[in-house]
Amino acid sequence: MSDYRIQGDTGEWEVVIGLEVHAQITTNAKLFSGAATAFGAEPNTQVSLVDAAMPGMLPVPNFECIRQAVRTGMAINAQINKWSRFDRKNYFYADLPQGYQISQLYHPIVGEGAIEIQLDDKNPDTKKTIGVERIHVEQDAGKLMHDQHPTMSYVDLNRSGVALMEIVSRPDMGSPAEAGAYLSKLRTILRFVGSCDGNMDQGSMRADVNVSVRKPGDELGTRTETKNVNSVRFVMAVVEQEARRQVALIEDGGTVVQETRLYDPDRNETRSMRSKEDAHDYRYFPDPDLLPIELDDAFLEECRASLPELPDAKRERYETALGLSAYNASVLTADVETARWFEVLLAETAARAKKPEADVAKQAANWLISELFGALNKLGAALETSPVSPAAGAELLALIADGTISGSIAKQVLEKMLETGDGAGVIVEREGLKQTSDTGAIEAAIDAILAANADKVEQYKGGKEALFGFFVGQTMKAMQGKANPGMVNELLKKKLS
Amino acid sequence: MTDLTNLGIAALRDGVAKGDFTATEVATAFNAAVEAAQPALNAFIVTTPDKALESAAKVDADRAAGKALGTMAGVPIGMKDLFATKGTQTTAASKILEGFTPQYESTVSQKLWDAGAGMLGKLNLDQFAMGSSNETSAFGNVISPWRRPSDTAPLAPGGSSGGSSSAVAARIAPAATGTDTGGSIRQPAAFTGISGIKPTYGRCSRWGVVAFASSLDQAGAMARDVTDCAIMLEAMAGFDPKDSTSLNLPVPEWTAGLNADMKGKKVGIPREYRLDGMDPDVAKSWDDGIAWLKDAGAEIVEISLPHTKYALPTYYIIAPAEASSNLARYDGVRYGLRDLPDGAGLQDMYAATRAAGFGPEVKRRIMIGTYVLSAGFYDAYYTQAQKVRTLIARDFTEAFQQVDVILVPTAPSSAFALGEKSADPLEMYLNDVFSVPASLAGLPAMSVPAGLDRSGLPLGLQVIGKAFDEQGVLNASLALEQRAQFTARPAKWW
Repeated sequence: MSDYRIQGDTGEWEVVIGLEVHAQITTNAKLFSGAATAFGAEPNTQVSLVDAAMPGMLPVPNFECIRQAVRTGMAINAQINKWSRFDRKNYFYADLPQGYQISQLYHPIVGEGAIEIQLDDKNPDTKKTIGVERIHVEQDAGKLMHDQHPTMSYVDLNRSGVALMEIVSRPDMGSPAEAGAYLSKLRTILRFVGSCDGNMDQGSMRADVNVSVRKPGDELGTRTETKNVNSVRFVMAVVEQEARRQVALIEDGGTVVQETRLYDPDRNETRSMRSKEDAHDYRYFPDPDLLPIELDDAFLEECRASLPELPDAKRERYETALGLSAYNASVLTADVETARWFEVLLAETAARAKKPEADVAKQAANWLISELFGALNKLGAALETSPVSPAAGAELLALIADGTISGSIAKQVLEKMLETGDGAGVIVEREGLKQTSDTGAIEAAIDAILAANADKVEQYKGGKEALFGFFVGQTMKAMQGKANPGMVNELLKKKLS
Repeated sequence: MTDLTNLGIAALRDGVAKGDFTATEVATAFNAAVEAAQPALNAFIVTTPDKALESAAKVDADRAAGKALGTMAGVPIGMKDLFATKGTQTTAASKILEGFTPQYESTVSQKLWDAGAGMLGKLNLDQFAMGSSNETSAFGNVISPWRRPSDTAPLAPGGSSGGSSSAVAARIAPAATGTDTGGSIRQPAAFTGISGIKPTYGRCSRWGVVAFASSLDQAGAMARDVTDCAIMLEAMAGFDPKDSTSLNLPVPEWTAGLNADMKGKKVGIPREYRLDGMDPDVAKSWDDGIAWLKDAGAEIVEISLPHTKYALPTYYIIAPAEASSNLARYDGVRYGLRDLPDGAGLQDMYAATRAAGFGPEVKRRIMIGTYVLSAGFYDAYYTQAQKVRTLIARDFTEAFQQVDVILVPTAPSSAFALGEKSADPLEMYLNDVFSVPASLAGLPAMSVPAGLDRSGLPLGLQVIGKAFDEQGVLNASLALEQRAQFTARPAKWW
């Protein structure tokens, strides 16, 4: 149980959270029609006769959507139901051309599974398993546009019929942080699997947030459901605001009503949308236009074989096989693009060094996380759009490893690489940044510095050994950072002894 | 030259192929017959004489060019107005679709055009195929060409394919498409002395057919005789990837396989169909049918279909349930009627549009369907009905272990007069009592004329077959047809 508590006038309150996440399945075609699914297209240009529910039109399942739902289920170790069925959820709305949504109520394609979250990467004690009740496949609705005409609403059916997975968690989360971690982890898994792009700002992933509060140890309280929350941050805010609102309401003598709410990010508050009394009777029944979905072992085997290494397994491997720190392993596996980038960098670096990956993994990870991420952050760029490729990064790392440049020079080189897109070798050559191991030059620099700082030499010899760093710094400065640091150390020690 | 309108599919097609007459002459003759009969029979919602002539001209040109002709080449037909036809208004006989012109062609109608058929027009029907008398159309009743010898009272052509049955019986179309959800091909065929076959569920694509009850709807052929039905059904049937419930099976050559010899075949006579108070003429025609099939060499076996009595209530739960959902799309938003009162919001628009657009029978079934699917009633009605449906299907499966086909009457009576039953929906629903069980089981079934009853009106006999065995159904029907020698036809009074 989370130790997150809301402090009310009457004492502490626990929060109970469940999430229903709608994830748009990554395919080129809609769930039951051949229409395209491009984001941001002109209104009503991605609409087939089926999507517009013309008379006599019939749905035909797009098996790629089924496959992606099955792969997603496998990725969370869920039960895959070899027999599932589509049901109709009946209600009238202008964005719902058929007058029903094709969904799966009675026999979802994916049953019970679980997702592990960890609130603190450095603390394994913060691990927690969040249950997933089910994943089912359903159609999205269209969109109403209220700002196109003074008295009328327009309907855009581009999204009508787009395939969604609804991923329903157990009410296993107890704090905004846990809800946020669950959603982030789920998004990471979906991106690894490739079943959803996870772009919450484009609406391809959104969450219905179920929140209730109770005194510790009490029965579950009445929950509210805040619909269509479209970022991790907003989900966390909804949990907090809604829990506080419910506590204040109860402590003022009111009762929480089961209702649907909407989140207003501008005011950071939730508002009632409709109460249970107005709730529809959806009259679910099996869709007679569709046969049950029956999956055979060969199909399931193909789905399983097509799964990539998943984030938890990857992180585990980074720690044990590559010897990375828990923190680094976690950072590198938090996002599928980062992990892909890292693995190419690692392979190239190992190849250049003619060493096993494990021998160069730490260097590569540290450079990626502290150097490249830092530099990209400064530029406001993302790894996906980085002007430096993993191969270019490996070239830079090789120059450090073979002593051509020092670590500090490498920072300058990286900046130039990002600026110009040129390779590390080219830049080092052009800018004359090669590290020097010329004993004569280094000795000459040392002699000059020791002569100019005779007093400090005396102090050093008198026992103030901390001054050694000063001499190193001065030497490097005189050599414009290009002296081989090992050689500087060695020669300084000799001269000062 | 003989009156071309007296000919059926095979004779017209062969005559055109041989050059006895041209397809254009055929189309012209039927166009004229349609025009002459339309005011009296109201069989069509729209007539499309130009379409008929256009298809005919193509057939004539193809023939002149020596090209191979299709199996329906030169045959103009009536198209039930439940099939979407590209560029021609498609209404399901409802105000809510008045003026709706599809941009697409239903799979079945396209297959018929591809086979060389032409379109005389869109045939009237019960609104959304809901009815047994064609009295629920928003475009007026269809009148049967048949009259009792005793009076001139207008008679029902049956329903819902009433325009189809009326047109074929009146010889203003050599054949017509029908759809059958609970008997809508077979009962009107029986009422008007023609043949009609509903194939196995899934044989004909439902793509582009306005849906009534998806798990039951099935297109079929209505024509003068069994051979014509076989030819036409062969042209209509076939797997369609656009319909998930379509059967992925090759279409057998039913016409070539026609064989009226019933030697070695067993015909089941289910005792549960012999109802108390059965019309004695219907009972007699059933006995005639039994004697004819025996004469054709069949062995007659009494069988039991114990859940038969639950078929009608089961049907009137499942069909309206599906319809209530299927008809939700007629909401005034995208096409068809929109009634938007001043200052109305979305909900008001729905209410006004659907109140104005749907007829009373459609509304009744939407309400029944909504009720049986609603929370608290779903299990008691819909779930229960599905269980019973399974039992009814199992009855047939077990019976077909013993017999090859089943012979029963098509309808409990001959045609009734317009208005006679329309006041009492339950009495109207009883018309489907013999046709509904095969629909619930998805089985092929055919009605053929058996003779006239005491009032001089046609009665039909129904052959029900195993799933996918349309051939067995057609063959037994052919054996009946050969012995019934049904030559009666309505006098031309229009």
